[in-house]
Amino acid sequence: MNFSLNEEQLMLQDSVRKFVLAEYGFENRQKRQRSVPGYALENWNTMAELGWLSLLLQENYGGFNGGARDLAVVMEEMGRGLIVEPFLASAVLCSSLLQRLASEAQKDRWLPQLASGETLMALACWEGSNAFDLRRVSTRAEKCDAGYVLNGTKAVVLNGAEADWLLVSANTERGLSVFLLDARQSGVQVHGYPTVDGGRAAEITFRDVRLPSTALVGAEGMALPGLEYAVDLATLAVCAEALGIMQTLLEKTVEYSKTRQQFGQPIGRFQALQHRMVDMFMECQQARSILLMATTSWDDTVRSEEERRRAVSAAKARIGKAGRLIGQEAVQIHGGIGVTDELDVGHYFKRLTVICQLFGNSDRHLRRFADASW
Amino acid sequence: MNLTHEEQAFREEVRNFLEENFPKDIQQKARNHIPLSKDDHVRWQKILFEKGWAAENWPLEYGGTGWTHVQKHIFAEECAQAYAPEVIAFGMRMVAPVIFTFGNEEQKKRFLPDILASNVWWCQGYSEPNAGSDLASLKTTATRDGDDYIVNGTKSWTTLGHWADWIFCLVKTGGPDTKAQESISFLLIDMQTPGVTVSPIITLDGRREVNEVHFDNVRVPVVNRIGDEGKGWTYAKELLTHERTGIARVAHSKVRLRDLKKLARSTPSGDGTLAEDPIFRHKVADIELDLLALEYTELRTLAAVSTGKAPGPESSILKIKGSGIGQLIDELYLEVAGHHALPFVPEQFDMAFCGDFVGPWYAADTAPHYFNYRKTTIYGGSNEIQKNIISKFVLGL
Repeated sequence: MNFSLNEEQLMLQDSVRKFVLAEYGFENRQKRQRSVPGYALENWNTMAELGWLSLLLQENYGGFNGGARDLAVVMEEMGRGLIVEPFLASAVLCSSLLQRLASEAQKDRWLPQLASGETLMALACWEGSNAFDLRRVSTRAEKCDAGYVLNGTKAVVLNGAEADWLLVSANTERGLSVFLLDARQSGVQVHGYPTVDGGRAAEITFRDVRLPSTALVGAEGMALPGLEYAVDLATLAVCAEALGIMQTLLEKTVEYSKTRQQFGQPIGRFQALQHRMVDMFMECQQARSILLMATTSWDDTVRSEEERRRAVSAAKARIGKAGRLIGQEAVQIHGGIGVTDELDVGHYFKRLTVICQLFGNSDRHLRRFADASW
Repeated sequence: MNLTHEEQAFREEVRNFLEENFPKDIQQKARNHIPLSKDDHVRWQKILFEKGWAAENWPLEYGGTGWTHVQKHIFAEECAQAYAPEVIAFGMRMVAPVIFTFGNEEQKKRFLPDILASNVWWCQGYSEPNAGSDLASLKTTATRDGDDYIVNGTKSWTTLGHWADWIFCLVKTGGPDTKAQESISFLLIDMQTPGVTVSPIITLDGRREVNEVHFDNVRVPVVNRIGDEGKGWTYAKELLTHERTGIARVAHSKVRLRDLKKLARSTPSGDGTLAEDPIFRHKVADIELDLLALEYTELRTLAAVSTGKAPGPESSILKIKGSGIGQLIDELYLEVAGHHALPFVPEQFDMAFCGDFVGPWYAADTAPHYFNYRKTTIYGGSNEIQKNIISKFVLGL
């Protein structure tokens, strides 16, 4: 068996790694994160130029036709840099959803714009109290003469206030559907805010928003499989991002324990701490393995949707467990400095914590894995 | 627990007192996880002072309550139930016992009344940037010059230092040849003295709670030293073991678990609520069991203390388990909040905030709280240090 990266993947890894090293010093990242729109436009343009925004797109849209494994390579490196650009929101969630659901005409119009970075999209598919459940949607699109009238509220839309266009899930009389609309259209009220991990999100309300029938993405009432597909792929993406973060936290913790002196010696000499860092190391390795299992399954087109779901949830449940241990131990072993805003470790911990919650926590995915395993 | 009639009556008295005297606006804030201001704390502590209940650990002769350990336990429980904040420890529970145990008459008269009445606020100057758990390696020096010491150095992790009028410090007084533990003295320093500066350390919740305190040739009268020169380490250590009772925060965790279960009952999950989710229920039950055991471990410790035994190294269990349970509860709150844990909108923590709230009210503080409270297994002698204490002094390893 050969688990090593192919030549293209190695080049991709190298280019993201170099970008992160050159542009993503921690202080830079913090400055960017506090600015409006919360990330650097020049970085976003670089990402487009280097072809990362079209990573998942088919070749006929100028894409790289990348699979889950390619995406994981990019996301792991981005995790190491704590990237704040809206790559996940636009280039992963929206790109893969459009590719899966949209008509040829819609793809022709939108995918090149996503690839070039000139249009930023956000996916508004989760609501108030129904955390990460794609099916529980109270937003409604009622049919009218010219098209649809949209009403409802979406919660925690990743990069929702920065997006030019929104992909919105809503129920019609035929069932769950997705609409694409201008974020500045009248009746759309956007309340953007920072998130605890240095990102941006928004609460978005739709009040009698009039949509032409062309706003419907794909077939009416048939959106669920596409949404699940996009969110599952994004789930793998954040699992890979988490792996990059965990690996970084492990390295930083080991390094720190070699220099931090207490009781006349580096704290890394204490066996009690050594064993815990060994546990962190093993969790990182296990996480890498399960991610490899999941991305390989994803790219293996023979597998059924059920198997795909099982593989994604296996990765998310296991990586959630690893992330919790590694994040908490990294902070604990760093001691007081680990809970300060000044040190990067705490910010890796925060992003890792958010990833553990994002798209459903370990419990939710453990349940989904179990349901698919019996 | 079987309470006597007197104890039951005491519980009633405390409950009624809280009902009538604990300010409703402060209760509202605490219930909604909004950070309290210094004024909130001072107001509440002064109310306790008027009642004679400010200093539960002090002997009667200095204005303490003279309560039994069971009474203290009942009081803590009732306060937690009412969301009343614990008395800020630095003056009342940390420096005051050092002063009345090791200070002279002059010092007792000068400092204790203002601590008791919450007129003067204190902070703790033990840790330094390079002396965290290893306190004996601290570097702040106090060099004798006539009737004064000249103090130089930096203290770190000074909780609420920006609210404090005075700081109690461990400083190095011996020459370079003195053994580390015998060269440390206990010094009280007025924060207004020229050369003292306080700078904030922002923690992961984005707030200011801890500080660095810098001493640049600060003149401190020798009369502000407690006890003998070079004995500071002994005084501080003795007090640290006392600090560890009450650190389990059992009453507080019980209330948080109760509130969590209530929230879980109205949090959708799958086709039902989170409260019906077997995995979530299992996790809550697991923590509840550990908390029940800890409650009785604390009561056993209190029982031992009331028969005259000082709390021994076993009290480290209270620190280790109490902080661990608190952090597990923090994680469950994060899970209840789900994606609503993501928004970080600090303006919402202001009582005067009148914009649209993002997500349900309880969710806003869940992530900052989780991040910030990772500190509880680090401060007060990290849990690793506590385990060393148990292995050395209990197991004799």
